[in-house]
Amino acid sequence: MSAEEKKDETTGVGTTGHEWDGIEEWNNPLPRWWVYTFYATVIWGIIYTILFPAWPMVTRATAGMLGFSTRGQVMADIAAFEDKHAGLREELAVADLNTLNENPDLQNFAVQMGSSVFRNNCSQCHGSGAAGVQASGYPNLLDDDWLWGGTIDDIAYTVTNGVRNEQSPDTHWSEMPAFGADEILSGEEIAQVVQYVRQISGQEHDAELASAGAVLFADQCSSCHMEDGTGDPALGAPDLTDAIWLYGGDVATLTETVTYARFGVMPAWSEEFRKGAGLSQTEINAVAAYVHQLGGGE
Amino acid sequence: MSSTDSSPLYAAREPIFPRRVNGSFRTFKWVIMAVTLGIYYLTPWIRWDRGPELPDQAVLVDLAGRRFFFFWIEIWPHEFYFVAGLLIMAGLGLFLFTSALGRVWCGYTCPQTVWTDLFILTERWIEGDRNARVRLWKQKWDARKWRLRISKWIVWLLIGLATGGAWVFYFTDAPTLAVDLVTLNAHPVAYTTMAILTFTTVLFGGFAREQVCIYMCPWPRIQAAMMDEDTITIAYREWRGEPRGKGKRRRELAEQAEAVSYAAGAKHGGTSPKVPMPGMPSGVGGPIPAKEGYGDCIDCNACVNVCPMGIDIRDGQQMACITCGLCIDACNDVMDKIGKPRGLIGYMALTDELREREGQEPKPVIKHILRPRTILYTTLWSLVGIGLVVALFMRSDIDVTVAPVRNPLYVTLSDGSIRNAYDVRLLNKHGEERPFRVSVTGDPAVRIQVEGTPYETVTVPADETRLQRVYVIAPPGSDPAQGGLTDIRFWVEDLINGDRAYKDSTFSGVGQ
Repeated sequence: MSAEEKKDETTGVGTTGHEWDGIEEWNNPLPRWWVYTFYATVIWGIIYTILFPAWPMVTRATAGMLGFSTRGQVMADIAAFEDKHAGLREELAVADLNTLNENPDLQNFAVQMGSSVFRNNCSQCHGSGAAGVQASGYPNLLDDDWLWGGTIDDIAYTVTNGVRNEQSPDTHWSEMPAFGADEILSGEEIAQVVQYVRQISGQEHDAELASAGAVLFADQCSSCHMEDGTGDPALGAPDLTDAIWLYGGDVATLTETVTYARFGVMPAWSEEFRKGAGLSQTEINAVAAYVHQLGGGE
Repeated sequence: MSSTDSSPLYAAREPIFPRRVNGSFRTFKWVIMAVTLGIYYLTPWIRWDRGPELPDQAVLVDLAGRRFFFFWIEIWPHEFYFVAGLLIMAGLGLFLFTSALGRVWCGYTCPQTVWTDLFILTERWIEGDRNARVRLWKQKWDARKWRLRISKWIVWLLIGLATGGAWVFYFTDAPTLAVDLVTLNAHPVAYTTMAILTFTTVLFGGFAREQVCIYMCPWPRIQAAMMDEDTITIAYREWRGEPRGKGKRRRELAEQAEAVSYAAGAKHGGTSPKVPMPGMPSGVGGPIPAKEGYGDCIDCNACVNVCPMGIDIRDGQQMACITCGLCIDACNDVMDKIGKPRGLIGYMALTDELREREGQEPKPVIKHILRPRTILYTTLWSLVGIGLVVALFMRSDIDVTVAPVRNPLYVTLSDGSIRNAYDVRLLNKHGEERPFRVSVTGDPAVRIQVEGTPYETVTVPADETRLQRVYVIAPPGSDPAQGGLTDIRFWVEDLINGDRAYKDSTFSGVGQ
């Protein structure tokens, strides 16, 4: 680099003396306001880090003098949202569920809220899509077959009191005898009943065994499952003639069901029975409205 | 690095006091200013009847409702490709104009230029023309200076306020907002936006001016890359103007030069040493023809005094030149007065300056403009434009999207039927609610069921999307129920005018 100041020939602008393949770096001075803007941003940065959370410390960042936090902002947003919908929540708690569809705003609110309640509390067994798990006997809530009734009031009742749950005095209760384990029926008789159930549900069956099973069915099963096998939601007795099986309609599963019986349970979700972990009346109504519109509601 | 020691690291802005000028380019710029500012300030007030359910503002960006209204066109968020297409057209248009005519955008229509022009105009009204402003700038802060400065700033603030105010009118119903703003009932966002835009307008138009173009704007750099030897831009006819000079000395030298030229002309054929053309690579410029004494430039500095960028066009092409044309007006005025032909400064291709030096005719303008590059830009620009127009006329006022519910894929009903669920979004772009009938084709076995109603018709509110759960049911034993995936097509029909739209989807059977 030469000691004397270089100048670009055409423009007379000084250069830094740096040159790469004939391209020279000019030395135009920065505008003064640009420098001041830079200082201003430095000052702004200092003030900002004092006012707002900024510097990482050992356990957490400095809080900032304004007390601002994004979490606080979210909490405020949630509180504002709750405030805004307080009226709808109260309305939903005392609403007549059968006429919910006459009030689209309330119904929409209930379904949206119920969707969230369902995902938080019900999806662990019934699945996030409410399709249930057949292998475990968690019912599919999307179809048109209901163990304990599928009107919106029925659903709300089931959610409130649960199934075979002693915490609630009003819980759904039914007890199918364990026909094999309790030696009410012999293995051969169970096979006959199973073939009869496959017959009335329109599946492949052995006609001879089934006709013998028909007699046993009328004796042992029809008091709950009805003479034609269509069941009774009041007793929680499933319809055996349709295409829907809680545990499965194949021979092995039916044999197991008749031999040992099944005792699916469901929590009683009302706050009354589940202190601190239950659902409020608003939430129960919401989730009932949600489940009712999943495609199977009666 | 001793060379940097003597250079300052930063420098104060040199104030610029553009002198008033008259001429065809100045008139043209006044017209453009009136048109562009008129469009900007008046557009929000144009009304456009769209029916009772929709806003009647011709141009409205409805951020809350996520709609953009432009006269008869209504853009929904999913049609944002129109905006992308317009931006691509704007980019290609800028390329086209820059490669053909240099920085015309900067010189005539850029908001920074237009508003700066407006601010300089009001400055001149209040403080006087160039010389008065220079005097005022140099003098002490007495009562008169304070009075002029404060009245200027107040006018600037009002212009800034009108600018920021007009901006917010694009985002909500203008007459309502105007009343709300005055009665202090408007949303704080409106006031904040106005305050910010008022501040930036006054800062950029009143104080920063050419600094925005030189230091803040990326376009000068990009546009410089767009220009080539055929681009028509503003330049100084150096061969005609140089050597410049004025006054008594000009006359004396003219007499001397006559004698020198006589001798030189006899010996060398009348050429002077080779002088590079500023802005062109060295060695490109031809020799400036020797002439008797001085060139046509009388060094009156009129071109410098009117320049809003504070540059000297006679230095050649430079980044700070926004090609506003005011130096052309100023120089033509002077040329008229001294009885020389106009056009010492004018629009030309830089190669033409060289041709003229050699005594050749300049290339015709049409040959400069029509070249592969500009034709390519025009073609691309037109293709995008035609595509957008076609898309605009092809789109229907109703639409449907279908999302199959995959959790679970299907549900078995008690009679053994297989049911699939779909989230169907029905779009109604009309200004009134419409009954839409949903149907499905693809397999004769399947039937449709709309959640929550025994009918196949749903009412979609005006200018909204309705999310509707729809079931498709295949009877037991049918092909769709037993098979894997069956192609089906959802149809939606507007029962008022019979418009139809469809969306393809699939039906999941138990067989997959």
